[in-house]
Amino acid sequence: MSAQSFMPLLGRAGFIFLALLTVVGIGVPTLNLFTTPGSLLHVPDYVVTLGGKYLCYALLALSVDLVWGYCGILSLGHGAFFALGGYAMGMYMMRQIGARGVYGNAELPDFMVFLNWKTLPWYWHGFEYFPFAILLVVLAPGVLAFVFGWFAFRSRVTGVYLSIITQAMTYALLLAFFRNDMGFGGNNGLTDFKDILGFPVQAAGTRAALFLLSALALGTCFIAARVIVNSKFGKIIIGIRDAESRTRFLGYRVEHFKLFIFVISAIMAGVAGALYVPQVGIINPSEFAPSNSIEAVIWAAFGGRGTLWGAALGAIVINAVKSYLTGALPNAWLFVLGGLAIVVTIYMPKGLAGLFAGWKTFPTMPKQAIDLGEAAE
Amino acid sequence: MTTETLLYLEDVSVSFDGFKALNNLNLDVGSNEMRAVIGPNGAGKTTMMDVITGKTRPDEGRVSFRDHALTSMDEVAIANIGIGRKFQKPTVFESHSVWDNLELAMTANRSTFASLYWKLTADQRDNIQSTLERINLVPSSQNLAGSLSHGQKQWLEIGMLLMQQPELLLVDEPVAGMTDAETEKTAALLRDIAKGSAVVVVEHDMDFIRALDVRVTVLHEGSVLAEGSLDSVQNNQRVIEVYLGR
Repeated sequence: MSAQSFMPLLGRAGFIFLALLTVVGIGVPTLNLFTTPGSLLHVPDYVVTLGGKYLCYALLALSVDLVWGYCGILSLGHGAFFALGGYAMGMYMMRQIGARGVYGNAELPDFMVFLNWKTLPWYWHGFEYFPFAILLVVLAPGVLAFVFGWFAFRSRVTGVYLSIITQAMTYALLLAFFRNDMGFGGNNGLTDFKDILGFPVQAAGTRAALFLLSALALGTCFIAARVIVNSKFGKIIIGIRDAESRTRFLGYRVEHFKLFIFVISAIMAGVAGALYVPQVGIINPSEFAPSNSIEAVIWAAFGGRGTLWGAALGAIVINAVKSYLTGALPNAWLFVLGGLAIVVTIYMPKGLAGLFAGWKTFPTMPKQAIDLGEAAE
Repeated sequence: MTTETLLYLEDVSVSFDGFKALNNLNLDVGSNEMRAVIGPNGAGKTTMMDVITGKTRPDEGRVSFRDHALTSMDEVAIANIGIGRKFQKPTVFESHSVWDNLELAMTANRSTFASLYWKLTADQRDNIQSTLERINLVPSSQNLAGSLSHGQKQWLEIGMLLMQQPELLLVDEPVAGMTDAETEKTAALLRDIAKGSAVVVVEHDMDFIRALDVRVTVLHEGSVLAEGSLDSVQNNQRVIEVYLGR
C-alpha cells in the first residue's frame, strides 16, 4: 500500500497514534534490554510487563469500540472473549510445564492430579502444539460470538436488552469456569507457567518480545479495523447504528453485518487475552467477571467512542491511573472509576479524542444514539 | 398508462391487542400508477405501509407484488424485489454525507463481503450526481445529512429511494413540515418519479394531493371508504361525515 493511500485510511490522529505505538513498541523493549540498570534511559522490567498488559487492554478496548462505537452494539460481555483467548493460551502453557509441575506428572497439569484425574480430558488434546493453541485463540471467541450473535441479531435483540444478555453470557461462563469438573483449573485457573515456545516466561527477553508482540497486535488490529470502517461495510454499520430500520428497508441484511463485525471484534478481544496471559502469568475465572467487561466499555467511552485510537488510548490512561491509585490510595479507585463513567457520559461524550481533535472534525453521533447506542427506530 | 396490477391487497386484516388497524382492506395499484391515500388519524395508512413492506404481518389476507406473496417475506427481501419506502419522519443516515447516503442506497450487491471490497464505478458516480441534481442537493453533497433542513432531508430520503430504483415507492407524508415552495417542488419531483415507477403517497395536505392530480383512496377504520378523483371523494357524503364528524 502506498503512502498516499495510507494517510486517508488512518486519518491524521490515527497516523500519530500508530507512529507513537511504533516508537513505544520498539523503544521500550530496546531500552529495557540494551541499557544497563540504573542508567537514565533504562526501562525497568516491571514497566515492560505493566506496559504490555496495558497494550492488551488497549486492544480489548479497540475491539469494544469497533462494535459499540461503529455499530451501536453495546457489548457488556467482551471480557468473555478476552478470557477465552487467554484460556486457550493458558492451556498451551500448562501443557508446556510437563513434568516440572509440583506432582511431576508429565501428562496431567497439577490441578488434574490434585483432583485425582487419571487421563487428560479430550478437549485438552492438541494444546501441546502452539499452532493449535493459536487456532483456538481465534476459534474459541470467534465461534462463541458467532453462535451468540446469530441468535441475538436474528431475533433483533438490540439496545439494553442485548447488553444485558451479553452480561449474562459472561456471567454464565464465569460460573462454569469456576467449577472444578469443567477441567479448566476451577477457582485457581491456570498458572505456574514455565515457558512459551521454549522461552522462559519470566525472562526479560521473553517479556520484551511479548511487549513488542502486543504492540504489533494492537497496531495490526488498528489498521484492520480502519480498513473495515473506511469501506462501504463500515458506512453500512454506522448506518445500522444511527438508523437500523432505514438500513433494513434499503435491503441490507442487518443481522449479517452485525454478526460479521461482532465476530471480528471478538477475535481481536481473544488475541488480546492470549497476549495478556503470558505477561501476567495467570488466567482464572475472575477474567469473566461482568465488571471487567464494563470496565472495558468505560475505557472506550473515556478515550472516545467511534475513533478506535481513542478507545485504545483510554484503556492505557485509565489503567495507568488505576495502577497508580491502587498503590497510592487503594480505597479511592472504584470511586474514581465510577466518577469517570459519570463525568464522561455527561461532559465528555466524545472522550479524550474529542478533547484532542476539537469538536468539529469527528463525525457526530446523533442525539438519539447517545444513550446506550440504541438505534433509532 | 398500463392497467396491469402491480400491488394487490386482498381482505387484509391486522389487529393490535384487539384494535383492528386494518379491517378487510382491499387495494390494487397498477404499474406506473401514482395513488394518493388519505384518511383521518388511525385510519390504518401507516399500518398498510407496514404490511406491504413486511414490518407487520397481517392476521389475514393476501398481499402480492407481481408474482411475489409479500406476506411470507421479510423487510429485506421485500426491499430487494423493488419496493422502496419513505418514512413519515425523515430517516436518513445523519452522520454520513449526502453523497454517502445516496451511495449506500444505490442498487448493488447487498452482501456483507461485497461491501468490504466495494468500489464506485464511473457510471455509478454519474448516477449519484444526476440524482443529486434531481433532488436539488448538489451544493450539499459533501455535507453531513444531519446538517440538512427538514425539507432537504425529505428530499434526500426520496433521492435514496430513487437510487434503489424500485418498481413501487411507498411515500409516507412527504411534505409534512415543508414550506409551500418546497411542497410544490416535491409534488413535481414525485410526478416525475411516477413516470418510471408506481408510487403510493400517504398525505394529509389536500393542496398537495390536488397538485399531484391522481386517483385518491380514502381509508377509514382500516378499510377503503371511497376511491376516485379528489373532487369525487371530496363530495362523497360518507367521506364528509368521517372528516367533519357526524
